[in-house]
Amino acid sequence: MRILSLAGRRLAASIPTLLLILIGVFLLLQFAPGDTVDAMMAQMGGGDAATAKSLRQFYGLDLSVPAQLGQYLWRLVRLDLGYSAIYGKPVTTVILERLPPTILLMTASLSFAFFAGLVLGVIAARGVNKWPDTVISTVGLIFYATPSFWFGLMAIMVFSIYLQWLPAGGFEDIGAVQTGLWRTLDIAQHLVLPTLTLGLIFLAIYLRIMRASMLEVLNLDFVRTARAKGLDETRVVVRHVLRNALLPMVTLIGLQAGTMLGGSVVVESVFSLPGLGRLAYESVVQRDLNTLLGIVFVSALLVIAVNFFVDMLYARLDPRISAEG
Amino acid sequence: MDFSRLEINRRTALLTSAAIAANVINPLRAFAAETPRKGGVFKVHYGAEQRQLNPSIQASTGVYIIGGKIQEALIDLDAAGKPVGVLAESWESSPDGKTITFKLRKGVTWHDGKPFTSADVAFTAMNMWKKILNYGTTLQLFLTSVDTPDAHTAVFNYERPMPLDLLLRALPDLGYVSAKHLYENGDIRQNPVNLAPVGTGPFKFVKYERGQYIIADRNENYWRPNMPYLDRIVWRVITDRSAAAAQLEAGDLHYSPFSGLTISDMARLGKDKRFIVSTKGNEGNARTNTLEFNFRTKELADIKVRRAIAHAINVPFFIDNFLGDFAKLGTGPIPSTSTDFYPGADAPQYPYDKAKANALLDEAGFKKGADGKRFSLRLLPAPWGEDISLWATFVQQSLSEVGIPVEVVRNDGGGFLKQVYSDHAFDLATGWHQYRNDPAVSTTVWYRSGQPAGAPWTNQWGWTDPTIDKIIDSAATELDPVKRKALYADFVTRANTELPVWMPIEQIFVTVISTKARNHSNTPRWGSSTWHDLWLAE
Repeated sequence: MRILSLAGRRLAASIPTLLLILIGVFLLLQFAPGDTVDAMMAQMGGGDAATAKSLRQFYGLDLSVPAQLGQYLWRLVRLDLGYSAIYGKPVTTVILERLPPTILLMTASLSFAFFAGLVLGVIAARGVNKWPDTVISTVGLIFYATPSFWFGLMAIMVFSIYLQWLPAGGFEDIGAVQTGLWRTLDIAQHLVLPTLTLGLIFLAIYLRIMRASMLEVLNLDFVRTARAKGLDETRVVVRHVLRNALLPMVTLIGLQAGTMLGGSVVVESVFSLPGLGRLAYESVVQRDLNTLLGIVFVSALLVIAVNFFVDMLYARLDPRISAEG
Repeated sequence: MDFSRLEINRRTALLTSAAIAANVINPLRAFAAETPRKGGVFKVHYGAEQRQLNPSIQASTGVYIIGGKIQEALIDLDAAGKPVGVLAESWESSPDGKTITFKLRKGVTWHDGKPFTSADVAFTAMNMWKKILNYGTTLQLFLTSVDTPDAHTAVFNYERPMPLDLLLRALPDLGYVSAKHLYENGDIRQNPVNLAPVGTGPFKFVKYERGQYIIADRNENYWRPNMPYLDRIVWRVITDRSAAAAQLEAGDLHYSPFSGLTISDMARLGKDKRFIVSTKGNEGNARTNTLEFNFRTKELADIKVRRAIAHAINVPFFIDNFLGDFAKLGTGPIPSTSTDFYPGADAPQYPYDKAKANALLDEAGFKKGADGKRFSLRLLPAPWGEDISLWATFVQQSLSEVGIPVEVVRNDGGGFLKQVYSDHAFDLATGWHQYRNDPAVSTTVWYRSGQPAGAPWTNQWGWTDPTIDKIIDSAATELDPVKRKALYADFVTRANTELPVWMPIEQIFVTVISTKARNHSNTPRWGSSTWHDLWLAE
């Protein structure tokens, strides 16, 4: 029951946040010069003023800003995300089409970064100031300092152009229509490079956090007690140290889910993946307000969901947290 | 005159010159000995997605590169740049130029099996070209009706004389036909057929997966016998230019059109034996780099200041160091690729001369202050190309040397158009002027006064000149080609003298294409054309 009430409170608290985010983005975009009709004209390579006027009427852009915002929020209450001006489809459909690649990419990258970071962090902490630590920390620093688009392009150079092991981009092979397991494998193959590219920076962060918190926990009294009891070192690390050192790592997942959505814009562009990040970028450039707000709404929901999941995990890892409420 | 026979001659000429052209591009291969191979999938780089794919309602290369394979125009251009019939077989103008009759091709069917008739042409002309199509609304302003005496004759009636050669040069871009039976009900702009086009062309639309790809397959019932050669065309949506270059190298793409890669990648791939990098096949898509002056800015309304600015910029240096082989010095609003209208470089030119620039500015009364500055300007570059951005920086640096500090204000596409063409919130602006085969189609609107605010790529500088307005109006209805050419020579002279817009650099789009492709780049607007004769070698 306690967990459920914690869950309820967390979700209720996130609704005003969501509303504020949406209004903020709506107003921010009003500051950008030009609207979707201007963007449309840019794409068409010209058009006359009368056409522009009738298009503005069609998209409701001739209304005042508060009226547009009011209309939008009222539609949102009825769970209608509106109609996309660029795609000519309901925003919900557009987003649902783009969601799977982003979720796949995010889940894969986060899991890769988390587990690889965990293992490397533990190894580094165990051999602190010896060569494994030096090597791992240096590599981590390099990953952290390298921009992900450069990593992506280099990965394409090596693995796609020279070695020809992996596809250079796209979500799946268009040439052959595949189904079932083969399609899954095909998509997985296309996701290897993007996952590594997006995950490496996060891996670097996780490994540093893991190393630091391992070192901290290793010096605590209960670890000394455990060792004094005569437990072997592996048992001490796995049973006592790891569980406590994991808390900051889990916190980070929640924080980084949002960052990762942002980072995916670059990776999705470099690897031509049809994901939410690229969709968001396109909608800003095209001033497609409905789609952009829809994406903000969905990503905010995603981040809230991840944070919620993290809170639950917390309660599981450290029973004191749920007891407090 | 028997037009159909004439057309056969043109087609023969086209094939021959295409073969010659192919040998010029790659003399090591003997193309003549090769027979076209049927089959294969041609993979194309598609840099920016469009809201819709119907070229009857939107004139832009982004639409032609897909829609132009599925739908067809009445006319296309042959290898020599002359009009050649596609859906029209022959054409004839009445002596007063107010009636133009097209005889249409028989035995052509839409992809859904319905026959193509003059009703389709009449419907498209009156409802799409005249009302919706950008540039088309200007071209067809005086079109009053289209008569259809029989299923294969369309008679265009104009209120004022329409020069036949102007219409023929415009129709390859502005003459795509849509099927009446698919569009007659409801709002044309919102018709779902716009995103799943149905045409008479060599390829049938299959699928559009947003953000990923568009597919079109061979039309088995195409009216040109035994064509097309390809099984399928796939346009892959790749917005990142470096990523597109990588995919070409990885063999996932055959073709990147319209300067879709970075300048450095194009130069690098030019040395790769697997690719041909050239401007060939894009002669009909010439563009000039512009410098647009806002006459509402007091200093720029002074002709001496505009001339001084032009003299202050070392254009040949810029071309040599930043644009390389893909550009050359421009001489005015009509580029030298326009064989029908290019008047030579007789109009006033503004060679680099810093001393003269300084003298002109002094003369205009804008002497350098104690800090060495005369006055400052805001420059808005359009975001469409690397070259525009480089040019903006170069203008900024050049003008600072004659005492004019320039602030470069960068926007994305929508923002740029709004600030320059609706709000007029600029001093200097720079972008591309795209020349569309006849100055009346693409160019004179940049100079003609009375353009409504908010119409992009028109005279929004606040410049009014009765002399040039008169030249433009007479040239638009002049039926004699020789007189028209002379009028446009006057137009260029006047434009270069008064300098409301300066067009100092000429460029042609660059194509990167796999050496496996055959019969490519054989017309001046090849990227936009139907690709019915394109094939892939093993």
